[in-house]
Amino acid sequence: MIYFDNVSKLYNDGRSIAIEGITFQIEPKEFVSIVGHSGAGKSTILKMIIAESKPTSGQIFFESLDVNKIPRSRLPQYRRKIGTVFQDFKLLINKTAYENIAFAMEANGRTDDEIAENVPQALALVDLTDKAWNFPDELSGGEKQRVAIARAIVNQPDIIIADEPTGNLDPIATYEVVQILRKINDLGTTVVMTTHNKGVIDELGRRVITMDGGRIIRDDVSGKYVL
Amino acid sequence: MITGFRRILRAGFVGFWRNAYVSLASIFVITIALFVIGSTMMIDKLLVVSLEQLQAKVDINVYFVTTAKQDDIDALRTSLEALPDVALVTYTSREEALSKYRARYQSDTVAMQALDELKENPLGATIAIQAKEVSQYENIASFLDEQKAGEEPQNPIISKINYADKKESINKLQNIIDAVERGSYISQIVLIVAAIMITFNTIRLAIYTAREEISIMRLVGAGNMFIRGPFMLQGLMYGFIAGVMALLILYPILLWLGPITGVFFGFNIFDYFVGNFSSIFGTLIGIGMALGLVSSVLAVARYLRV
Repeated sequence: MIYFDNVSKLYNDGRSIAIEGITFQIEPKEFVSIVGHSGAGKSTILKMIIAESKPTSGQIFFESLDVNKIPRSRLPQYRRKIGTVFQDFKLLINKTAYENIAFAMEANGRTDDEIAENVPQALALVDLTDKAWNFPDELSGGEKQRVAIARAIVNQPDIIIADEPTGNLDPIATYEVVQILRKINDLGTTVVMTTHNKGVIDELGRRVITMDGGRIIRDDVSGKYVL
Repeated sequence: MITGFRRILRAGFVGFWRNAYVSLASIFVITIALFVIGSTMMIDKLLVVSLEQLQAKVDINVYFVTTAKQDDIDALRTSLEALPDVALVTYTSREEALSKYRARYQSDTVAMQALDELKENPLGATIAIQAKEVSQYENIASFLDEQKAGEEPQNPIISKINYADKKESINKLQNIIDAVERGSYISQIVLIVAAIMITFNTIRLAIYTAREEISIMRLVGAGNMFIRGPFMLQGLMYGFIAGVMALLILYPILLWLGPITGVFFGFNIFDYFVGNFSSIFGTLIGIGMALGLVSSVLAVARYLRV
C-alpha cells in the first residue's frame, strides 16, 4: 500500500542527513511501529507519507500514486485518504470535541446527515460521548488524543498515521490510546505509528521497524523494542 | 456548494464570537483607522469650501468713463460673459453707483453737499468680473487691456482696470491655495496609507494567532477556500462594524463642530455630513470591508503555502 524506494532527505545542502536510502513497504491492514531515538528519522518518514516534506531523492508511492508528483491543489484530496494523529494532538482549540471531528467531515464535503450519524459513532468508539461538547482545554491529555483519533478515523481513511501518539500521556492514557489504535486496526485500517515507548511495542507484538541515524537497522514481523 | 457556503458562514460567525477578544481588538483598531479617513474627508471638504469662498472674494473691476455709451458697455459685458474663464459678471449702472455712494456717505454732510453742487452724476458704470480659477485673472486682464487699447481715441469707454493693483494679492492668494491644496493632498495620502497599513497589520496579527489552526485544517484535508472563507467573512465583519463605529464617533463630534464651522467658514459641516450621509456611510464602510477582505486573503495566503 505504501512503498518507499531508496528515499533520502538531506538538510543544509547535504550537510545533515534526516534519512538515507530508506526502502520498505507497508501492506494493507498492517500495524507497523517505527522506533528509534530522537533524530533517527521516524517523523520525517511520516511527514513524507502525508506529503508535508519532500525527499531529496527517491520515490514514495501510495498505492499507484507517486506522492511527490501530486499537484498542490490536489493535496487536500490526497490527505483525506490518511488519518493523522500527533503527539501534540493538533486539535482546533476554538472548536468542541464534536466540532473538531465534524470539521474533518465538513472539509471532506460530507453531508449533514452523514456528519450527524458518524461523529457520535466515532466519539463512542473512543469512549468520549459524554465529552462531545467540551473544548480541548477542558479535556485531559488522554481525552484530547482520543478526540484526535476519532477525527482521524471518522472519514474512514485507508491508513492512520500516528506520530508519537502516546508521547505526552501517562501510562493509563497510553494504554487506552494503544487499545483504540489496535481496535481500529482490527476493523481493517492500516496503522503506522512512531513511538519511544518500549512497553507499547512489546505489548503489541506487531511489525517493528527500528531506525538509527536515518537508516533502517532492523525490520521484524513480530518485533520487540531493541535498541 | 450551498452546504459549503453555509458551513463557511457558520464557521465565520462562530469564530468571530469565540475569538471575541481578538475580534474586538481588531474592530477597535480598524475603527480608529476609518475614523482618521472619515475625519480627513471632512477636513478636506472644509478646506475646499473655504478656498472657494476666498476665491469668490477676488474680482477685477472695470470702471467706465461717464460718457461711455450704454451700447458699448453692453457689448463688452456680452463678450466678457462669453469668455470661458469668466464665472460671473456683475454690472453696476451709473445710477446704482450713485445711490450706493449716497447710502454709504449718508452721514457725511460735506460729501453730500459736494455731490449736490454737481449737476451731473460724477460716477461711471462699473463691471466686476470673477474668474472660475484664480490663475485665470491674468487672461481676463489681458483681454480687457486689448479692449482698452483698441478703443477709438475720440470715443473712450474704459477709464480704469484695477487688475494691476490687485495683481500682487491675487498671486499671493494663488500661492496660498496651491500650497494648501498640495499640503492637504499629501497629508491625506499619508493618513490613508497609514490607515491601510494599520488595518492590514491588525488583521495579519489576528490571523497570526490562528496560524496553528490553519496548519491543522490543512492536515485534516481542508481545501483552501474552506480554510480561507471564514477568515474572509470575519475580515468583512470587522470592516463593517468598524465603519459603523467610526460613523458613530464622527456623529457627535460633527454635531458639536457644525455650528462652529458655520460661524467660522460659513459652512455647517454637520449639515454636510447629514446631507451626504449615504455616500459617506458607503465610502467608509466600503473602505473598511474592502480592507478587511483583502487583508484577510493576504494574511491567510501566507499560512496556506505548504
